[in-house]
Amino acid sequence: MSIQAKHIEQPTVLYLNGVSVSFDGFKALNSLSLYIAPGEMRAIIGPNGAGKTTMMDVITGKTKPDEGTILFKDEIDLTKYDEAAVANLGVGRKFQKPSVIESLTVFENLEMSLKGGRSVWAALNHRLTAEKKAKIDEILTMIDMTGRAHDMAGSLSHGQKQWLEIGMLLGQEPQLLLIDEPAAGMTDEETMKTAELFKMLAKKHSLMVVEHDMDFIEALDCKVTVLCEGSVLAEGSLAAVKANQKVIETYLGR
Amino acid sequence: MTAYARFSLLFLSLFFTAPLFAEDMETASAETVISDIAEEKTLQDYLAELTEAGFREKEELVLKVVETDEPETLPVMQALLEGDLYYVKDGNTLVYKTSGDPVTVFGGETMTGLGSRDIKKISVNNSLRTLLRAQISRVELFSKNPQTRKTAAINLLKSADELDPALLDEALSQEADAGIKEILLLVEGIRQLESDDSAVRLEGITALTGSLYPEVRGALSNFANRAEADGNGKELAAAEAALSKINAMLRFNSIFENLYFGLALGAVLLLAAIGLAITFGVMGVINMAHGEMIMLGAYTTYVVQQLMPANPGASLIVSIPAAFLVAGLVGVAIERGIIRHLYGRPLETLLATFGLSLILQQAVRSIFGPLNRSVVTPEWMAGTFEVNPALALTYNRLYIIIFSLLVLAMLALVLKRTLFGLQMRAVTMNRPMASSMGIRTGWVDALTFGLGSGIAGIAGVALSQLTNVGPNMGQSYIIDSFMVVVFGGVGNLWGTLVGAMSLGVVNKILEPWAGAVVAKILVLVFIILFIQKRPRGLFALKGRSVDMG
Amino acid sequence: MNDSFKGGPLTRLIMNDQAGRRLLGVLLAISILVPLSNLLMPEGSILHVSTFTMTLLGKYLCYALLAVAVDLIWGYCGILSLGHGAFFALGGYAMGMYLMRQIGDRGVYANPELPDFMVFLNWTELPWYWYGFDQFWFAMVMVLAAPGILAFVFGALAFRSRVTGVYLSIITQALTYALLLAFFRNDMGFGGNNGLTDFKDILGFDLQADTTRAALFFSSGLALMMGYLISRYIVTSKLGRVLVAIRDSESRARFMGYRVEHYKLFVFVVSAMLAGVAGALYVPQVGIINPGEFSPINSIEIIIWVAVGGRGTLFGAVIGAILVNYAKTYFTGAFAELWLFLLGGLFVLTTLYLPKGVVGLWAQIKGKMGGPGSGSGSEKAEGQA
Ligand SMILES: Nc1ncnc2c1ncn2[C@@H]1O[C@H](COP(=O)(O)OP(=O)(O)O)[C@@H](O)[C@H]1O
Ligand SMILES: [Mg+2]
Repeated sequence: MSIQAKHIEQPTVLYLNGVSVSFDGFKALNSLSLYIAPGEMRAIIGPNGAGKTTMMDVITGKTKPDEGTILFKDEIDLTKYDEAAVANLGVGRKFQKPSVIESLTVFENLEMSLKGGRSVWAALNHRLTAEKKAKIDEILTMIDMTGRAHDMAGSLSHGQKQWLEIGMLLGQEPQLLLIDEPAAGMTDEETMKTAELFKMLAKKHSLMVVEHDMDFIEALDCKVTVLCEGSVLAEGSLAAVKANQKVIETYLGR
Repeated sequence: MTAYARFSLLFLSLFFTAPLFAEDMETASAETVISDIAEEKTLQDYLAELTEAGFREKEELVLKVVETDEPETLPVMQALLEGDLYYVKDGNTLVYKTSGDPVTVFGGETMTGLGSRDIKKISVNNSLRTLLRAQISRVELFSKNPQTRKTAAINLLKSADELDPALLDEALSQEADAGIKEILLLVEGIRQLESDDSAVRLEGITALTGSLYPEVRGALSNFANRAEADGNGKELAAAEAALSKINAMLRFNSIFENLYFGLALGAVLLLAAIGLAITFGVMGVINMAHGEMIMLGAYTTYVVQQLMPANPGASLIVSIPAAFLVAGLVGVAIERGIIRHLYGRPLETLLATFGLSLILQQAVRSIFGPLNRSVVTPEWMAGTFEVNPALALTYNRLYIIIFSLLVLAMLALVLKRTLFGLQMRAVTMNRPMASSMGIRTGWVDALTFGLGSGIAGIAGVALSQLTNVGPNMGQSYIIDSFMVVVFGGVGNLWGTLVGAMSLGVVNKILEPWAGAVVAKILVLVFIILFIQKRPRGLFALKGRSVDMG
Repeated sequence: MNDSFKGGPLTRLIMNDQAGRRLLGVLLAISILVPLSNLLMPEGSILHVSTFTMTLLGKYLCYALLAVAVDLIWGYCGILSLGHGAFFALGGYAMGMYLMRQIGDRGVYANPELPDFMVFLNWTELPWYWYGFDQFWFAMVMVLAAPGILAFVFGALAFRSRVTGVYLSIITQALTYALLLAFFRNDMGFGGNNGLTDFKDILGFDLQADTTRAALFFSSGLALMMGYLISRYIVTSKLGRVLVAIRDSESRARFMGYRVEHYKLFVFVVSAMLAGVAGALYVPQVGIINPGEFSPINSIEIIIWVAVGGRGTLFGAVIGAILVNYAKTYFTGAFAELWLFLLGGLFVLTTLYLPKGVVGLWAQIKGKMGGPGSGSGSEKAEGQA
């Protein structure tokens, strides 16, 4: 379905080529190109305002790019879909600000996120089957919240909300997860646990994680892309990127 | 002619001729001396004779009266023509009598206590009437007052065919004023249409082409009908060409007029919406009591006028700052008392301020009563500006347009050029940053809201000149104001201007075609559809500050 | 909703809703007892409910249904409609048109076909959109269809282009305002200024008869109970949770893959239809429908009923509607001047100090007194719209 042909050979789960977005003349993304292979975990770092969140907006259909190609699984042109459609295609997204449904319980939040049954009619006739309940319980265990299943999501701590949101992503069973600053507001211990969780997830899903916390990135132990002023500044292992002169000047050095 | 028309005609001629007589006095007295020596008879004497004379004698007396050229000459003749001239049987005092008590011709005193038996009309017959009419035209046409001459000339357009051609020729040769001469030429043109000579008739048509007087158009279309009936193709074509040219000009006139009305309506909308552009556009506060701020401004105008009833003009000027203060202070109080607690909860703000609007309405109703109050319009705001014979524009609309633009310009200046404007923009763009720089954001919020409310108050001053002042008056503006702001683009004064003016003009252009109510509905529906296409309005600011998501 | 996954829809509807159960019980009792006492008790008896009082109560029941409709979209989905009075009025007009045609040749002009106002306007034939309204079933279909279709078209446009928050509120207000202006026009064919009135009978029963009034009252009670149950069914289903998700965080719902516009449209249309039914039952009881019902202030008053009762709880909406309208009846009769001050004050005070309404207040008091959980156990009163 792609309008523009891909110009790299390898299979990708996400393919961004020459993507630009501007707001009132300000280029938030400037001919950004980025490729993520199936099953890959990728860390994205970059200074504030580099365009990391905007990149996720563009992928998930929230913002339409001015130009450029965005392909999912090599063939689906994501620019043609809106947020809900992109989500249903198998792209899950966690926001920078934790956004869970505060006036529903943890359980209900997860129940809502479970794959399938997105139509109005299905929602009206939804029944909680044993199978679904088992799935929710599984996620609850994974995010370590079994004990709080019936508490209001609004009563959770910041870090717990982050986890719940990750859990909700898992319920969606996406192929690609976009995760915006998950460690923000977490204790060190929680941060490390999160890194472990992601590494576990990376076995089944492709992940793109935006983060500032260098220890966290270190713990993820994956390829790193440095974003600056809307385009890629450097790419490679964390060590290589850290040694990169340009990166030191514009980002790390400060 | 109705009594009212007759009276006003009389009144008009009195009014227009009065100043003329003042300056005539010196020359007149010199002439009187001469005539006194010759005849020693005055206007009074002739008029006294008039009460007893027969019709034949009356004609001679009228001619003599004309010669006296006294201040009372013209009014007396007009009254005689209209049958309004009477004399009191006891003592032969001459009086004018229309509907009320009789008024003396000399001295202008009202005489009370007279029954209909006590006075007698000075009667006229048809031939006298013709004579009077001709003589009145003569007096008027050669009057020293250009306004009188002009009115006379315009009146001649109606009765061109009864006119003495010699009189017209004489007037034409003596007339110095180009404008009046033009009208006289039109009179001549209408007369030429009656000519037996085809060439003269065609000449007449040419003379009349392009004139916008309704009488000219009437004469031409009558002529066209006759020419059609007579099968006179050439003249018919000429007359029709002239008519279609006139019609085209009239169409242009009406477009222009609609545009003017539309801009005036736009100005009203603009005035009503500017304040909202601040409270809603800049602060994001939905103030449903905005209309009531307008109402407060209007009532302030009313109160100020009650305090200085002798001088409506000055009171209007005083009302502007007064209304700004009253509405502005109420605005500050609302912000501090209610809205402050509801930031970030727009829907709650909407409800609370709606409740407030009910309270304000009822408060005003309790204080001033439920009836509408009317505010006197100062003289300089009344009146019309005559663009051409078929188009007169009222001054009050013009003032409103200018005033609304002034208010907008002042506001833009305040926002751009003052420290307060700078702080205000800083607070709306980045509140934490502004407050960390030492700006007292709460204070700025209160003043910003006060500014928006104060401007609504000023709008109320202007609106008091156009509509009645009543407790409900604000309600009619609230939806319109929101439409303007949303249509123009939130947070954008320029958008508010364009939004208001285009909605005003579109409304007035639709009106003659669809009727006022349907026009309004169409505009509302249009905006509803428009918002759905462009939720951020015409001139949307693309940015996070106005992001609703 | 801790136990929402236990049991079927019926359990969900009735058993988990203690407050709702009480409310339904009270409503059922009122719906039966009031008409009976009106018909069976002698006039002087203290147990006799006068026809006047019954009609007044019937009006409140219609308002309560309207409040439930508004609460469904505002309390649960965060859509603050300032134009719901329009749907109420449309339902009312549909019923009014039926009642008009029932008059037949008993009108002042005795025209068998045309209502009086059309004869008065020198119309010679019935406009096409009046066809079918002589049939009760057709009118009833229109009671649902007219508001439903308007809500569908309007909602489809608005929700698809993501008009939300105050913008939506304002255009809904503009919508009802435009309709107000339109219905004031004589050539619209809905009786202009005077609206539709002078009704004679409904389904052949004399509208002035006590029995008819009693039946109408009973129907209003029944409609309210049905409306409550339908709404309750919706908000306790997963759909209800999606609505709450949309209310609390619209974008989260979208990124979870829910088509927010479809959900909004669905409840908006359901809510409009409920409002239409309320209007249809209201008109025969008050005996008139005129364009005034479209005026923006009417719509905004509904909001305050819900806010006072406690938005986000369906029975709160019912309680709020009855409380505020009772107050209105009392004050407009006793101290007319005071009423607007009071109504205005209600708006200000509830938004500032009672965001959860009296139901929330009650729950708070009960909570303070140590009672575990409140009657509204599975309801959600929190969250901002
Ligand atoms: N909707 C928007 N309107 C205006 N500017 C925006 C918008 N979204 C993002 N930007 C701008 O684009 C730049 C990139 O923002 P963002 O992607 O959030 O950066 P990051 O997530 O890397 O910190 C910032 O300068 C931001 O101000
Ligand atoms: Mg970011």
